[in-house]
Amino acid sequence: MEKGTWKVKTGLAQMLKGGVIMDVVTPEQAKIAEEAGACAVMALERVPADIRAAGGVARMAEPTIIAAIMEAVSIPVMAKCRIGHFAEAQVLEALNVDFIDESEVLTPADESHHIWKHGFKVPFVCGCRDLGEALRRIAEGAAMMRTKGEPGTGNIVEAVRHMRAVRDGVRRLQGLPEEELVAEAKALGAPLELVMEVHKTGELPVVNFAAGGIATPADAALMMQLGAEGVFVGSGIFKSSNPVARAQAIVKATTHYQDPAIVAEASKDLGTAMAGLDMKTIPQQELLAGRGW
Amino acid sequence: MRIGVIALQGDFAEHIAVLSRCGVDALPVRLPSQLDELNGIVIPGGESTTLNRLMAEYSLIEPLRELVYQGLPVWGTCAGMVLLAKKVTNSANGSLGIMNIEVERNAFGRQADSFESELSIPALGDRSFPGVFVRAPIIRAVGAGVEILCRLRGGAIVAARQENRLVCSFHPELTDDLRFHNYFLSLDRGDAFTKGSY
Repeated sequence: MEKGTWKVKTGLAQMLKGGVIMDVVTPEQAKIAEEAGACAVMALERVPADIRAAGGVARMAEPTIIAAIMEAVSIPVMAKCRIGHFAEAQVLEALNVDFIDESEVLTPADESHHIWKHGFKVPFVCGCRDLGEALRRIAEGAAMMRTKGEPGTGNIVEAVRHMRAVRDGVRRLQGLPEEELVAEAKALGAPLELVMEVHKTGELPVVNFAAGGIATPADAALMMQLGAEGVFVGSGIFKSSNPVARAQAIVKATTHYQDPAIVAEASKDLGTAMAGLDMKTIPQQELLAGRGW
Repeated sequence: MRIGVIALQGDFAEHIAVLSRCGVDALPVRLPSQLDELNGIVIPGGESTTLNRLMAEYSLIEPLRELVYQGLPVWGTCAGMVLLAKKVTNSANGSLGIMNIEVERNAFGRQADSFESELSIPALGDRSFPGVFVRAPIIRAVGAGVEILCRLRGGAIVAARQENRLVCSFHPELTDDLRFHNYFLSLDRGDAFTKGSY
């Protein structure tokens, strides 16, 4: 019997496919998410919209909050650590969370290096904006990816940009002749081995969700049609006027993303979505997606 | 042969891929109308609470139960096993309740306790089978008519069959070994394909 293998790490990500992972900050919210059909929850101290508003240094959540959320639900519980902060990751592993998100939503602890995730038994998910970034994270041991989008904005535009970039990157690699793969690996800043694998299979080696800006059922359906294998919803649910209805609706739209009639029905009577931010109004230094190397 | 795979959440695409390699038509099932004219149905791995909720929401539970009572072969892997069980511990959720087993959800604990193990499954032959267990359930008790197909070395029951209803705690669809899928497909054609006496 062998625990913490690559197969069981990537396997959990495969079990989450087609599902919605919801940010929660209390055990009550976690129960609402589970009841609404979330396939996992992300235990946080503050949702990204509040992190953005509060400013200052955003760190791993307090362990008591994470433990209380783990106690409240039976679905998998994820938690975030800062980029490069392997000691926070060790704490989360010791708390026995099911998945760690090495996340740009928190203030980075290392501006050159991410965590060596192969060194952990617990699986990691990481953000990416393009194929090169995704393959670097996978090389470090990420068992699951998510496109970054721009968290806490309720604006889908960056999520779309990043998902299209990843998918374009995969299609481009597929079409290249073998003799061009080494130069392409150099250009992408990604290991040749993974570049060759994507060239051959035409897909990322791990599951890829969309994140950062999903606020409506149609947003979820859009990301799924663009190739996401599931979605993370951060501020979009508990910053809306009716979290229960919105959570259920986004779950439905993620499952039935190919059926506009069902997405339409799910979109009715949800109250007001989170307010949302136009990218042009956010100062460059406050954009979160640029964190990650 | 047409095999449906419940495609609401979870690793249905992996099942569809393996079934296709076995040479059958594998079709995603999201709505009751897609249950027509199937020769078997698979409930994949995923999150059982999510699957349960989405199956209830789109009225899949009753038609599926009815088809299984009429003899449609069914196979549940991991979360699918939880949904098929008559009784589930460690869960607030109901289930399809069409197999005479009692199942405990997340029986090994959280993800840190997920594991791989080589399994002895006599029904699949002498060669061991690669078992991939992800936050897996186990069968705590079996009732009348249920045949145990596999136990872990510690004794825990991780695969069972009741006529043409099949369950396992692990994920054959995450491996390259087609034997478990072919075993399920053989139930369809074999003697077990009679009306279930439930």
